[in-house]
Amino acid sequence: MSKTGKISLFVISVFFVVSLLSPFLPVHDFSRVDLDSLKIHPGIEHPFGTDNKGRDICARVIYGGKISIGVAMVAAFVSAFIGFTVGLASGFFGGRIDTALMSFVDFVLSFPSLLLAIAISIILPPGIYTVMIAISVVGWASFARLIRGHVLTLKDMPFVEAARAMGCSNMRILFYHIAPLCVPLGLVMMGVKLSGFILTEATLSFLGLGAQPPIPTWGSMISANRAYILTEPWMVIFPGLAISITAFCFNVFGESLKERLDITGKRL
Amino acid sequence: MGERASPEVIENIRKEIGADKGFFIQYVGYLKLLVSGDFGRSYYTNRAVMSEILAKFPNTMKLAFSAMMIAAPFGIIMGLAAAYQKGGFIERAIDSFSIAGLSVPVFWSAIMFMLIFSLHFKLFPPSGTGDIRFLILPALVLSIPAMATLSRVTKTTVMDILRMPYINTARAKGLSPVKISMVHVLKNAIIPIVTIIGLDFASYLNGAVVTETIFGWDGMGRFTMDGIIKRDYPVIMGCLIVGTVVFILVNLLTDIIYHYLDPRIRLHVKDR
Repeated sequence: MSKTGKISLFVISVFFVVSLLSPFLPVHDFSRVDLDSLKIHPGIEHPFGTDNKGRDICARVIYGGKISIGVAMVAAFVSAFIGFTVGLASGFFGGRIDTALMSFVDFVLSFPSLLLAIAISIILPPGIYTVMIAISVVGWASFARLIRGHVLTLKDMPFVEAARAMGCSNMRILFYHIAPLCVPLGLVMMGVKLSGFILTEATLSFLGLGAQPPIPTWGSMISANRAYILTEPWMVIFPGLAISITAFCFNVFGESLKERLDITGKRL
Repeated sequence: MGERASPEVIENIRKEIGADKGFFIQYVGYLKLLVSGDFGRSYYTNRAVMSEILAKFPNTMKLAFSAMMIAAPFGIIMGLAAAYQKGGFIERAIDSFSIAGLSVPVFWSAIMFMLIFSLHFKLFPPSGTGDIRFLILPALVLSIPAMATLSRVTKTTVMDILRMPYINTARAKGLSPVKISMVHVLKNAIIPIVTIIGLDFASYLNGAVVTETIFGWDGMGRFTMDGIIKRDYPVIMGCLIVGTVVFILVNLLTDIIYHYLDPRIRLHVKDR
């Protein structure tokens, strides 16, 4: 992996570990309303300042990181799992199964992704699980298409023929010989997709369709504090920086993974 | 009708809007109206959703088109520059810019641009619909992610093409570098570039949800957002359906444009 890729992986890990360990760290309580310290400028006591209810922005950004990164990761796992299963079945069995599954994939991909995610979030009650579902429903299709393509090339390789000649059953060939070779590609794809998922989560939260108060997320902090940008810009700047830096690192990490597997330039 | 409406009044209204019939009949009724272009009326304003969308759509088109006019030339030039200056400072700067453009959420960059350019420097009005001064900031914000994707795709495509034997042939024939890049490189790179422009144009029409809301641009995006906030379901449904149809139409249009741009694709179709 390239140096920049390693650095960004490191930054992401630090963010994630810090947000997981936040209850044990010497930071303020993210939800404590303190009417004596409203709208305090960033300083030593409150590194990122406080919001209009006196809550510490730094603590909220750290806690929000757990939600944002966590939701994106769960969504990535779920979409990878669904996409992997569909892609394997479609590529390996071919014929009518392939036609049916791939038509469905095309159907999902023909929707504008953000609008589809918004539509799903409106139907279901708002919350982090809804966001996970909305992102996964939109996200699995591109995994399926990629894995299918890879299975199609693997299927004609000599080792599959050899396995068949040895009398392996279809299932054994699929799960022992083909599936393991698709795993790296799936993982790379997850790395590439994560930044987009982080941004989708942030957008849905910004629109008020994500995790509900009192849980802070980066997107909802920005939308809640938007009214104060002229006088107290730090309330909006820090959550936005958190989103941008995380997404940037995931993007760089995904790029270096792609380079490693030599699939640069493909639109995943 | 208020909270204390009598049961008969409620019953009459239920009959009037057909809520007393079964779910299936209601759904079929909705589909029938949908086909005839009637998305129902807004719960709040009682105006027909379709005519509202038709009134707001030109504004969104204007915004999306302006964003494309910014994104396409700059994105392509940046991609070309990065591909030709490979390994240098310019390539790294452009790469960082394009990854950053894909990483910064639109709603945040919109707020930051507003803070810097309209509240601090007072160059542009912070929000509203109107002439070009109102258009510049939202179009700029909307164009950044598109510019980023476009420059990345242009770069990888051009780099692939520069490795092709026919470029060597052109060089060996003694053609000038300008002619090579204009005729041989760009002509072959045009397909992926057009794809991205098409996809992006379609996503502007939808991604405008956030940008239009923040800048108070009176288009379809803000209409959708208002509907979402008020849970005004006829408005949400109407906007989502129109947005999806437009997205699919633009993609279809892009596919059709291929046929005129690249004769090889026409041949492939005949082979099948």
